[in-house]
Amino acid sequence: MLVLLGVAVVVAGFVARINPLIVILVAAVTTGVLAAVGPGATPQMLAAAAVDTISRFGTAFNENRYFHITWLVLPVIGLLERAGLQERARILIRQVKAATAGRLLLVYFMVRQATAALGLVSLGGHPQMVRPLVAPMAESAAEAEHGPLPGRARFRIRAMAAATDNIGLFFGEDIFIAIGSIVLIVGFLEQAGIRVEALHVSLWAIPTAIVALLVHGTRLLLFDRRVKRDIAAGGEDDR
Amino acid sequence: MITLEHAYLVVGLMFAAFAMLALAERGAPGRIRRALFWGLVAASLLFGSHLGGFGNGLLVIALVAIGATGRLGAGAPATTGQAEREAGAARFGNRLFVPALMVPLFAVGGTLLAKNTAAGQWLISPVQTTLIALGIGCLAALATAMLWFRQPVLAPLQEGRRLMDSIGWAALLPQMLASLGAVFLAADVGQVVGDLIAMVIPLTTVALAVFAYCLGMALFTIVMGNAFAAFPVMTAAIGLPFLVGTFGGDPAIVCAIGMLAGFCGTLMTPMAANFNVVPANLLELPDRNAPLNGVIRAQIPTALLMLVANMVLMYGLAFRH
Repeated sequence: MLVLLGVAVVVAGFVARINPLIVILVAAVTTGVLAAVGPGATPQMLAAAAVDTISRFGTAFNENRYFHITWLVLPVIGLLERAGLQERARILIRQVKAATAGRLLLVYFMVRQATAALGLVSLGGHPQMVRPLVAPMAESAAEAEHGPLPGRARFRIRAMAAATDNIGLFFGEDIFIAIGSIVLIVGFLEQAGIRVEALHVSLWAIPTAIVALLVHGTRLLLFDRRVKRDIAAGGEDDR
Repeated sequence: MITLEHAYLVVGLMFAAFAMLALAERGAPGRIRRALFWGLVAASLLFGSHLGGFGNGLLVIALVAIGATGRLGAGAPATTGQAEREAGAARFGNRLFVPALMVPLFAVGGTLLAKNTAAGQWLISPVQTTLIALGIGCLAALATAMLWFRQPVLAPLQEGRRLMDSIGWAALLPQMLASLGAVFLAADVGQVVGDLIAMVIPLTTVALAVFAYCLGMALFTIVMGNAFAAFPVMTAAIGLPFLVGTFGGDPAIVCAIGMLAGFCGTLMTPMAANFNVVPANLLELPDRNAPLNGVIRAQIPTALLMLVANMVLMYGLAFRH
């Protein structure tokens, strides 16, 4: 029962926004030491348990180094960014012609999900794409359709633009093998004595990705009605 | 044959270069801290196999001490400005996407070759084949990009360092959490948590166990703001002992979909500030300071539906025998 304190350290540490690396290390040592607590445990035994835990953690850390292979992609992406990758992506997004805010966001959703699945996570994002491009484009599509927007409708469109970026990313990126979650799964299972290939894990993110496309895609197609209702409800442009 | 050790050598040298370039950036605040941090990552990759368990443990403690106690910050290597990038975008056009797309192509193609052909088996090690193939793809993509776009020789390392600095200590997060998972497994934490959960939801059928695992992933993530942190706990508690152990589920499918159930939690929590609070601020939403701001409210319907979908998919896919 005492080892639960290790889990408590993780939860409390993350909630308190302490640096996760410290939280993880403290949680590991707490867990290892408390697992040794029992009738007749001496301070020396607890100290030995701490050393054992650090060794166990170190061994696992060393066995999990393969995650760092994925960083080899950074010089490539950095070089392409230097040569204008994000600017090119913006040019392409700007060419999207969509009659309504919902349909524009649907196109962006599909692009975001597909590129994230190919490992191009940095093509989207809130500061790079949503704020400068996607949100304003969706707003102006709605304005072209309905005229000036009340604040309510405007903010609903912006929020949906940000939500669409997140959802496209979350349910796309796991199809790419070299993403943190996939490598964490592979590493964790290896520690449990189960060896799986990264590609095999990432393949099983595809069914969820398809359902996400259907679910969020449907919501985006229904989104224009929602915006219309907001406009009908009226209100000041309370920006 | 190309093995993980070769890959570690290449990646280790890259991190060593990041460390040296950081150190060479005279006057940049925090350059020594960054040089030490990336230098230790390089040491782990290059010499980790010779350090032993306790030695690697001390290395981790040093990494945490350097990376988490003060600001790691970011260097400012010379790069191109907005105007040059726009000119590049116009000049190089859609060719800019090609090297980036080569990476997944090599990763998947290389894995298939290594698993199915004699030449592939001779070339790439059967352990972590995909990641090795991905590494080869990165080098090929880099060579292509350098030939086409004619950037300075040091540019890949400097640009790589720029992006690595922006990731900072978070680069160690998955590796650290997998290692915490090893400690949890050794201390039977999963057993204790699993017993607790079983008092609330009896884990007697596949359906109930799938429900408890996916819901637990989402709830834990909502509390902590990070699905990665929820994963070792919930998987040690329910995923491995019940779904994989008792009910014979496929571990890869259980874990892949379980992680995605955790992501549903990420979409519903203000604790995931980067995804849910930062955009509300960027977009100047009037309710940006509310716990459930407009972005989170826009995400909740999709997140709930996807949570149910993940439960159904796990139930339907992981237990076919």
